Amino acid sequence: MKRITGMLLVAFALAGVLWADNALSINGAGATFPYPMYSKWFDEYHKKNANLAINYQSIGSGGGIKQITEGTVDFGASDGPMNDEQLKAFQDKHGFGILHFPTVLGADVPAYNIPGVSAELNFTQEALAGIFLGKITKWNDPAIAGANKGVNLPANDIVVVHRSEGSGTTYIWTDYLSKISEEWKTKVGKGGSVNWPVGLGAKGNEGVTGMIKQTPNSFGYVELIYVIQNNMPYGRVRNSSGAFIKADLASVTAAAASAAKNMPDDFRVSITDAPGKTAYPVSSFTWLLVPAKFSDATKRDAIKGFVKWMLADGQNYTEALSYAKLPKEVVAKELKALNNVQ
Amino acid sequence: MATTTTTVPSAGPVAGSRSFLSRLREGDEIARLVTFLFAASVVLVTLLLVFDLWQGSVLPRHKFGFNFFRTSVWDPILDQFGALPFIYGTLVTASVSLFIAVPLGIGAAIFLAELAPARVSDTLEFFIDLLAAVPSVIYGLLGVFVVVPLMRQYIQPALKNSLGFLPIFRGPAYGIGFLTAGIVLAIMVIPYIISVSREVLLSVPRDQREAALSLGSTRWEATWKVVVPFARGGIMGSIFLALARALGETMAVTMVIGNTALISASLFSPGYSIAAVIANELTEATSNLHYESLIELGLVLFILTFILNGLARLLMVATSQRGAGMGHA
Repeated sequence: MKRITGMLLVAFALAGVLWADNALSINGAGATFPYPMYSKWFDEYHKKNANLAINYQSIGSGGGIKQITEGTVDFGASDGPMNDEQLKAFQDKHGFGILHFPTVLGADVPAYNIPGVSAELNFTQEALAGIFLGKITKWNDPAIAGANKGVNLPANDIVVVHRSEGSGTTYIWTDYLSKISEEWKTKVGKGGSVNWPVGLGAKGNEGVTGMIKQTPNSFGYVELIYVIQNNMPYGRVRNSSGAFIKADLASVTAAAASAAKNMPDDFRVSITDAPGKTAYPVSSFTWLLVPAKFSDATKRDAIKGFVKWMLADGQNYTEALSYAKLPKEVVAKELKALNNVQ
Repeated sequence: MATTTTTVPSAGPVAGSRSFLSRLREGDEIARLVTFLFAASVVLVTLLLVFDLWQGSVLPRHKFGFNFFRTSVWDPILDQFGALPFIYGTLVTASVSLFIAVPLGIGAAIFLAELAPARVSDTLEFFIDLLAAVPSVIYGLLGVFVVVPLMRQYIQPALKNSLGFLPIFRGPAYGIGFLTAGIVLAIMVIPYIISVSREVLLSVPRDQREAALSLGSTRWEATWKVVVPFARGGIMGSIFLALARALGETMAVTMVIGNTALISASLFSPGYSIAAVIANELTEATSNLHYESLIELGLVLFILTFILNGLARLLMVATSQRGAGMGHA
């Protein structure tokens, strides 16, 4: 018995040594919004570099920022850029900064379920802010009907649906509402979870889509890919140049391109309500958070290698998963910024 | 736990004459020590839990103090946190669920233990145990796809038309909300009540029943006036278990309660529970105050469970003294 136990122990120890010798593993954590994209990328990258495994936990943007600040993971990921206070906390703790790298773009769309209405509705800024502030309560309100001539909207109460848990999708939506409505900005503000003036909370994009499908006269925001997968009607949103734009990969990339000209060096930029005639106004980047200094050179090179690949070949995988590609100018700028990781 | 501490001293007089070493060799002391450590670990884990929740919620305790329990604004952007709507939601959903589950569960247990043929009772018991083991997310799905549409289309309009004069049955029928969450919770806890109560009723000594019957009582009188009071302690225990599960249930509740921090007299209104808000917001809580407020909510849930269990235990002591004569008759 003893001998068997001893042999087993030796075998385990050997296996451990061999395992550790063969593969470098890098750990990341954060945003859930780009998780399908990231897991595809890490999988593809692992196929090309068998000795490197990247593990990613989609624990949420807040968790990602927390973990990278505490140094328990090698990189983080977030749907909203870190704020100045969080950057300072990181700097104070580690003595060096942290860099943001945009990876892909996503969009939120207004989805609805109105019995008898199958038309694609147009939403003005006033209508969206009014509905979410609880000031517009009926579907036939002039603020909605005015932009949808010829559609027979019922006099029913609007059932607003929003996300119950903190999420990047909510961050994008509330960031947009803060830009188009002064009242929203002062009363509610932007964030992953906010104090909603009205509405029901459902868990996850799939929860919101499910609740909208089930509840007559409901209205909510979901990520683009979910309405496509569920074949749901979703509305056009009026952008800053006055055109009603339907969200698709082209209009989201257009929003990114118009913002790319004024891209700040740290990439912390919001592209909601972006200028440009064809830009879809409720879209956003999502970011990888990479420390500026690594004590372990092999890890540093592995992460830099991955980011380089992600910016080049990796971008070809995005459209199959309904994420929009980064504009060329942003990619060029990111490659330059990658040199700051030491 | 209780059995180990009582059996060891009872071995004392015999073991007392022998030396500590010989007792150690025979294993008595080792067994005593090991089982004591196991028993102590339960207390230790509980204390660690409270300590950790207390340590983790320093910021909101200092900033809000007692106002945390009194205010009802929960705003992560403006860093204002008040727990009242969550405490309210937790208590209301748990009460609704017990209101439905206790009579149903105890009624079913009485039928299975006293009136049903043994074969029927055993078969049903198998299914009830199976129901008790179903993961809560499955009940959540049942809630979303079956209970919610039923509530919205039939039950809520019917309640509104018949009992709409009561403030608890007013307001728009979304299908989700306190009542739906309470019903889903009731479906979840009924198996616990039935299973434990049935066992307790079955373990009531035969003499009790036969004595009552021989005094000329009917079968129902013997069951309701003798057997059930005799088993009261165990039945109360099953209700505690149900209450604990209802208070702490997260997944099934968050799927049907509407997740809106509201205090409303109407059971049709959407609400929020403590466990649900912790699960929903902890992962994306970016500010420290938000994060620690969620931890303080955990502490509140712990205290709430503690108080309710204490009250229930007091209630049991009070009622069992009154019924003691009957129990020992």
